[in-house]
Amino acid sequence: MIPGSDKSEIWELRLYVAGTTPKSIAAFHNLKEICTTHLAGQYTIEVIDLLENPKLAEGDQIVAIPTLVRKLPEPVRKIIGDLSNTEKTLIGLQIRPAKARSAS
Amino acid sequence: MSKTTKETAKNATRTIHRTIQAIEGSGLDKAPTGIAGFDEITFGGLPRNRPTLVCGGPGSGKTLFGLEFLARGITEHGEPGVFVSFEETAEELAKNVKSLGLDLPDLIARKKMVIDTLRVDREEYLETGDYDLSGLFIRVGCAIDSIGAKRIVLDSMEALFSGLTDHMRLRSEIHRLFLWLKDQGVTAIVTGESLESSGKTREGLEEFISDCVVYLDHRVNDTISTRRLRITKYRGSFHGTNEYPFMIDESGICVLPVTSLNLIYKATTDRMSTGIASLDGMLGGKGYYRGSSVLVTGTAGSGKTSVGAHFIHAASRRGEKCLMWSFEESEHQIVRNMRSIGIDLEPSIKAGSLKILTSRPLIFGLEMHLGVIHKEINAFDPRCICIDPISNFTGAGTVSETKVMLTRLVDLTKSKGITTIMTYLIRGGMPAETTDAGVSSLMDTWIVLSDPEFNGERNRILSVLKSRGMPHSNQLREMLLTSHGVELILPYLGPSGAVTGAARKSVEASEKALAVAQQIKIMKKKRDFESSRDLIEAKIKMMRSRLQSQEQSLALEVSQAKTRDDVKTEERSRMGATRAPAPDQKAQEL
Repeated sequence: MIPGSDKSEIWELRLYVAGTTPKSIAAFHNLKEICTTHLAGQYTIEVIDLLENPKLAEGDQIVAIPTLVRKLPEPVRKIIGDLSNTEKTLIGLQIRPAKARSAS
Repeated sequence: MSKTTKETAKNATRTIHRTIQAIEGSGLDKAPTGIAGFDEITFGGLPRNRPTLVCGGPGSGKTLFGLEFLARGITEHGEPGVFVSFEETAEELAKNVKSLGLDLPDLIARKKMVIDTLRVDREEYLETGDYDLSGLFIRVGCAIDSIGAKRIVLDSMEALFSGLTDHMRLRSEIHRLFLWLKDQGVTAIVTGESLESSGKTREGLEEFISDCVVYLDHRVNDTISTRRLRITKYRGSFHGTNEYPFMIDESGICVLPVTSLNLIYKATTDRMSTGIASLDGMLGGKGYYRGSSVLVTGTAGSGKTSVGAHFIHAASRRGEKCLMWSFEESEHQIVRNMRSIGIDLEPSIKAGSLKILTSRPLIFGLEMHLGVIHKEINAFDPRCICIDPISNFTGAGTVSETKVMLTRLVDLTKSKGITTIMTYLIRGGMPAETTDAGVSSLMDTWIVLSDPEFNGERNRILSVLKSRGMPHSNQLREMLLTSHGVELILPYLGPSGAVTGAARKSVEASEKALAVAQQIKIMKKKRDFESSRDLIEAKIKMMRSRLQSQEQSLALEVSQAKTRDDVKTEERSRMGATRAPAPDQKAQEL
């Protein structure tokens, strides 16, 4: 079963940014678009600005900015970058399996 | 050394001095690392507030270098530090360096050190589009601010590269990181893995770090590994350019400068006894110079250890601290063996003025030996050292390495004014005046022992081949190991050269026989004279008695004649008397 196909599942997503840079804004917009398209009504997005809370970088081992962390469903997945590559982001979030890409 | 090379060396030393002065004047700020020996070869440490690249192969000591830089910065220079690890956790690091005398948990508890582990796992990350490493910057910045860090170590960059695929972006981000670190006012060490062949780091980190690059190497030669360190780049500062051996022991990294930059030991005119009175006599009557280096070479069993032990014994009995290294015998064995020639080392050992250290030469590499010797000297502070024998070191390294090591050893002892006696085993069949490692030129006094075979026996011979700055005997002496120590005796000098051993004894015996014969002859003459005198005296006595008897018989005759005359006269007078009253009678009678 492909994760995400279960409509009752809640997707808990966390986006780490450092200030309102063009990259973080782009990442947030890209994420929002993917979620509304593929996970309508079953996701939460928490944006953490490390400039405000630098201590929080430790918890999820954040090195790169922006980083998207899928806390739920398990296992934890991390995607770095501005999420401009929708296809890759979907695979990374396991909304779409990697196999599906080669098949299409 | 030819005159021109000497001149060049002198000029070089002068240039170095000028350069050092210039650097000191220019005020390039340096952060001392506290790593033994490293601050000497860099003239003060790493460039302050700039990143330094420490690179080397796996297991070359990069992480330890970084950790020691931080730990010593805290304990010795009061500068807190941050360790950012891309590989190991704080617990792993603390465990790894605990045996090296670094107590990381304590430093962390005292809020002097922060260890931040950043695991970048390629499996966990997926890269989509544009990103930067601000997360890392923020974390590092946060750690620096939390303790007011002045030092930082990033270990290692390769781990970061292996975790992320977009290397182009990573490179530009790392460049940005180094520039950012400069702005933070921290002295940084960045470690990088280098390729064995070229010595360059895999990711070309040298491009980003232009200030200082330290290269660590770990080579294996004949199954013995040797660690080496080289400063390949140090912008704006003079630095030693050689490969310096270093070791990692219970107190961390210890870099050993190959040679001091100049020959600036003080030379005393003090002399000290060799422990052998007759050897003192061969060295102008006073023995070795204090603080000089003495080499005793000889074939197996020629008495090298005994000569060394004599010196150590005499010095330690005077109360001078002495160290003796033995690479062949155990302490007990030395004490027992030396007792057989009347040298009792035990009282000195018990009194604490003598320490015997023993180890196998092949147990570790040369630089480790030197490091151990260095440490022991610093800890015990001896006035005299005996190393028995140094020839075994050639088994632990190549000939040139051994020479370099011994040069440093001699430098070390000379700079501390320690009188050193080293023995060297000459292999059988080699001329007595050679040393494989070519160390003789480093030595001030060279005593050659040999035990040539002659007339079916071996006899030990000692000679002083050289002794700088003092008159010394040019003679060969026969060396006897007696129950009361080494004795040097003049060999018999005959028409066919010096004679030793039984040959000397036989010559001595024949001389003795000659003397006895002479004596017998004289005694015989004396006896002859005495008997002839007796004879003559007897003759005299006899003649005298004959004379006496003749005299006596003469006297008798005289007296008889006189008596006869007397009687005649008496008769006549009596007859006259009878005739006188009656002249008739007279007539009648007629």
